[in-house]
Amino acid sequence: MPLNSPWRTDFPGIQALDAEGQTYLDSAATAQKPQAMLDSLLGYYASGAANVHRAQHLPGERATRAFEASRGKVAQWLNAASSEEIIFTRGTTESLNLLAYGLEPLFAAGDEIVVSALEHHANLLPWQQLALRRGLKLVIMPLDSCGQIDLAQAATLISPRTRLLAVSQLSNVLGRWQPVRELIALAQAQGALSVVDGAQGVLHGRHDVQALGCDFYACSSHKLYGPDGVGLLYGRGTALAQLRHWQFGGEMVLEADYQHARFRPAPLGFEAGTPAISSVIALGASLDYLAGLDQAAVIGHEAALHARLLAGLSARDGIQLIGEPQVALASFTVAEVHSADLAHLLTEQGIAVRAGHHCAMPLLKSLGLPGAIRVSLGLYNDGADLTRFFVALDKALELLR
Amino acid sequence: MTLPRPAQQALDAFAACPGWEQRARLLMQWGERLAPLSEEDKQEVNRVSGCESQVWLVGEIQESRWQFRATSDARLIRGLLAVLLARVDGLSAAELDALDLADWFNQLGLARQLSPSRSNGLNAVLQRMRELVAG
Repeated sequence: MPLNSPWRTDFPGIQALDAEGQTYLDSAATAQKPQAMLDSLLGYYASGAANVHRAQHLPGERATRAFEASRGKVAQWLNAASSEEIIFTRGTTESLNLLAYGLEPLFAAGDEIVVSALEHHANLLPWQQLALRRGLKLVIMPLDSCGQIDLAQAATLISPRTRLLAVSQLSNVLGRWQPVRELIALAQAQGALSVVDGAQGVLHGRHDVQALGCDFYACSSHKLYGPDGVGLLYGRGTALAQLRHWQFGGEMVLEADYQHARFRPAPLGFEAGTPAISSVIALGASLDYLAGLDQAAVIGHEAALHARLLAGLSARDGIQLIGEPQVALASFTVAEVHSADLAHLLTEQGIAVRAGHHCAMPLLKSLGLPGAIRVSLGLYNDGADLTRFFVALDKALELLR
Repeated sequence: MTLPRPAQQALDAFAACPGWEQRARLLMQWGERLAPLSEEDKQEVNRVSGCESQVWLVGEIQESRWQFRATSDARLIRGLLAVLLARVDGLSAAELDALDLADWFNQLGLARQLSPSRSNGLNAVLQRMRELVAG
């Protein structure tokens, strides 16, 4: 049965790769971009670039308005209370580093930070390093056999000593929604701050940061069908007020003399230097594009693709899924076959999937795996992509076994 | 400069390979020809980091000629190591230094295996070889 994406033609990149014989199944690493975003990017440069928040002149004002309009669109996308709650960074990783530095003065030796066993490096290393700097304890919440954070154990680990909880909404390896709302409630009950890493979650369904109840939510534009080089950090107004400034320069300053300076509050106070102006503006175009899609149809299409992916994998001998993925992706290993060999032969056949540790080394180590293959889906993928993948997989396994 | 005999063999074999499947099969066959490394050789100090698979590389200089031994837990990497060793084994440090290994893999039709991606091990192996040779 054909499973065609009605949005595929909106993505010139996926079509170009197609024409080159490449089947793109690596959207969890970065997504292809809609034409609307490309038009916006070109349009900004072709109509005259200017810096933002600095100049009175017309090009400067035009750029600033477009830039701030994107902030408004992001706030709307995440249902933040105000666009003042959205900080632009370089990516999820920078957003989380900003928090780890910005919140540092709030921690004292012996305090605890709670993360989960499935965190990718971006939501582990900044907290790990903060813990090392400040003499904090980094507490790791274990997973159950499906690949979901074990809530019962989490409830005992989140304690009065917990000062912050940082957790991924959707694992980039396990493809499973995590019980973030429940975890945030546990953190709140202990007076701890909560950080949600939405790097993967943000693009599969709409999420409402106010309903989630988190203090911070971090994600990246490039996975959300937007340009790279832009990250988003939502912070609830009261939580943002607790952040110490961390990078200095440019328009983040309110007043400076040689020996002292005063800084702006969020968001501008946390956007030192010239931001990725064109990319921020073009992200706005991506969000407009996404907002114009039938959300239920997108979710339905992705679910049908995902079901077909899982069915195809389970129909083959010797394939072990990692966890029980619910959405967007599946990671697997094959008995007696090295993932690197399999990746090599998939690459030879024009199948673009990810192989290795997926920037989540501790998770894979804890599962006793040196690496895995990950197939990840975007809304532009269709049934034929999966058919090509499975043909290539069978061929590769035939050669390797 | 004439190619070492194993290198010429590799070149002849791979040049006769029309498609990726035959090339993959051939790589795996070449991989099986690698001299095994002892458990002692597979120490952390001989492990090349930066590879998605595990790779161990041992280099020894004998009468001013370099002899390398290498292996991996991944079969295709073993094949790539085999064709690499076929080209470099027995060269002097100066010859090794002057060798264009990218060109070698290009001639074999394996240039893409030298992709600069950090998960690709072969570049890390080449780098380690250069470090060993540089002493």
